[in-house]
Amino acid sequence: MAEAIPEQLTTADGRPLKAALQAAQARAKRRALLLVLPLLLFVLLTFLVPIAYMLKRSFEHDGFASAAPALVEWFRANPGFDPANPPEEAYAALVKDLARMQTEKTTGMAGTRINYSVPGTISLFKKGAREAATLTPPYKEALIAVDADWAKPALWRGMESASHVYTTEFYKVASDMKLTDDGWSRAPERDRIYLYLFGKTFLISAIITVLCLLLAFPVAHLLATLPMAKSSLLMILVLLPFWTSLLVRTTSWIVLLQEQGVVNSLLVGSGLIDTDGRLQMMYNMTGTIVAMTHVLLPFMILPLYSVMRVIPPSYARAARSLGATSWTTFRRIYLPQTLPGIAAGSLLVFILAVGYYITPALVGGADGQLISNLISFHMSKSNWSLAAAIAAMLLASILLLYWLYDRLIGIDRLKFG
Amino acid sequence: MALPTYATPLERIWYYAFRVICALIFLFLIAPILVVIPLSFNVEPYFTFTEKMLTLDPEGYSLRWYDALLTFGHPNAEAPRDAQWWSTVWERATWVQAAKNSFWVGIWATILATTLGTIAALGLSRPEMPYRRLIMALLISPMIVPIIIIAVGMSFFFAKACVAPDSAMGLLFGWALSEKGCLANSHLGVIMAHAVLGIPFVIITVTATLSGFDQSLIRAAQSLGANPRTTFFKVIMPLILPGVISGALFAFVTSFDEVVAVLFIAGPDQQTIPRQMFNGIREAISPAILAVATILVVISVALLTTVELLRRRSDRLRGVTGR
Repeated sequence: MAEAIPEQLTTADGRPLKAALQAAQARAKRRALLLVLPLLLFVLLTFLVPIAYMLKRSFEHDGFASAAPALVEWFRANPGFDPANPPEEAYAALVKDLARMQTEKTTGMAGTRINYSVPGTISLFKKGAREAATLTPPYKEALIAVDADWAKPALWRGMESASHVYTTEFYKVASDMKLTDDGWSRAPERDRIYLYLFGKTFLISAIITVLCLLLAFPVAHLLATLPMAKSSLLMILVLLPFWTSLLVRTTSWIVLLQEQGVVNSLLVGSGLIDTDGRLQMMYNMTGTIVAMTHVLLPFMILPLYSVMRVIPPSYARAARSLGATSWTTFRRIYLPQTLPGIAAGSLLVFILAVGYYITPALVGGADGQLISNLISFHMSKSNWSLAAAIAAMLLASILLLYWLYDRLIGIDRLKFG
Repeated sequence: MALPTYATPLERIWYYAFRVICALIFLFLIAPILVVIPLSFNVEPYFTFTEKMLTLDPEGYSLRWYDALLTFGHPNAEAPRDAQWWSTVWERATWVQAAKNSFWVGIWATILATTLGTIAALGLSRPEMPYRRLIMALLISPMIVPIIIIAVGMSFFFAKACVAPDSAMGLLFGWALSEKGCLANSHLGVIMAHAVLGIPFVIITVTATLSGFDQSLIRAAQSLGANPRTTFFKVIMPLILPGVISGALFAFVTSFDEVVAVLFIAGPDQQTIPRQMFNGIREAISPAILAVATILVVISVALLTTVELLRRRSDRLRGVTGR
């Protein structure tokens, strides 16, 4: 037997090789992380923290809790009170708080908070606060004399719920729940707007995705099979819209499709329709679908093209030589090979369509609005917590789709041009 | 895709029909962009071709809507056009202000996104990078998460992100913040928002360029005695520069075209071109919008050409033939 092999291999300076390698790898890891760190901090500050802030907002509202300390204290002391018939002490605390709101000018804030779950309470609070200083005991009868709505069980349930700073109430409102005299229940059919709009947004996005796929498939196939020089030239026609301002493209569609626009004038000029029969293609759902299909089409063409480009044409020729018809060749040989591109493009277009704001806002009119426009509407009405709750629900569905995209396609496969 | 000799008559018909269909789809893609160009020269305040325009009568065309871009917001538009008049245009005209803001915000957002993004991409493409997939997913997500959600979050956070004017931070950044010392309604806020939206594009293009980068070149440079700085500027940078520039152009276009974040977090001093267009389309749409649109189309053609040329150069450098 040869000389005994040393127990451990060591580096020149005598350290065990294994430990030295581990140290070197850890150092390389730290260096790589250090390069990414500045960007991570920046994204944390301008992207993650704002979104975390929004999520917090969707659970938090202290408009009522901070304006009505006496009533909040009473609610804490009497957790099992009967909202249908609150006792005199509760009304006394309420009147005390209303007087306080009047002097501190917090009526609007408190009323807005209750207004989320019990509509029409802002004016009720304003009226109550104005009268509060003049009221005398017994407060229950006095306040109900000012406005009978003060006896409504729903209002008392709403105030009890609003006395907590953190609440899931905004999510209940955003899922079409309504606070009635007997507690939370589903809103009547005609008041269900939020889930309906979610459904409509997903439906319109699905329609746009299918339209994009139908339009992108032939074009991507043509680009992938033409000789390089020709396809590069045609590719510019795909990339130019991709690089052109979204607002320019939306403006163009307004110019083309509005009642006095180019398409209608062409149709009237060619005698296909008469002047009174001009088509309504703008400021409705048609406008949203057409303009968004145009805007998102390059996002479908590019992934499809990159998959089709590498499909060897010999497979199709082999199928034909074995006796398949051209339709069978397409269905059994070509189409299955394009599936990764179809999946990538469809998911990307669908994800982008679900969150679209500008185009529906400008060309959607009344019935072409999507969920993003509702978020913007509530932001403009200062219903911040409700806007945040709807945005959080939208975010959850987008993240689910994003996760799916990452699992199926992988985000590092995302490319442009 | 030449027609094979064994094609049946039906396949021959389909071959030509397919080309017609493709031509129509290309028309759908490109016509809306081209249609605004002639209409922006319309003499009449209409959005449709007049008879004079169709007969190519020069009287049907004019530059009045381009002129309107200079005079809109000008306190003394009818005055003779001397040096004074032009300096007022530069200081006061609404569209000129919007253009200045757009370029200012766009350039800084691009610098921020490209610098941070390129450095991060260098780290991400190292084989020893831990949590690579997770970090990638996070850095790409500003492109995936709907802009309205980001804008809502920013409008909440930026209103609270304030510094006292006499504190160290206030002295350092006060000039870029709003009067109250907040990120909301400030140029810095808009620049940061636009930079974060441009980062995914920089990351995607630069990591794509780096994926074809031969890592042994770095070791070669080091073995020849180059320090890390020399290696970066003399070896890495020249090879990835086309990717970095395309990423920067993507980031610039993203900022230049962005309106939702501006609507939510910017004040009246940060009116950009897209915001001005958005307001214009919502309120009273005038052909002046089409003049702006035409200018923007010309800019995007120029940017697209640059990116295409860069991509070809990059492919050539990396020895990729064809595409």
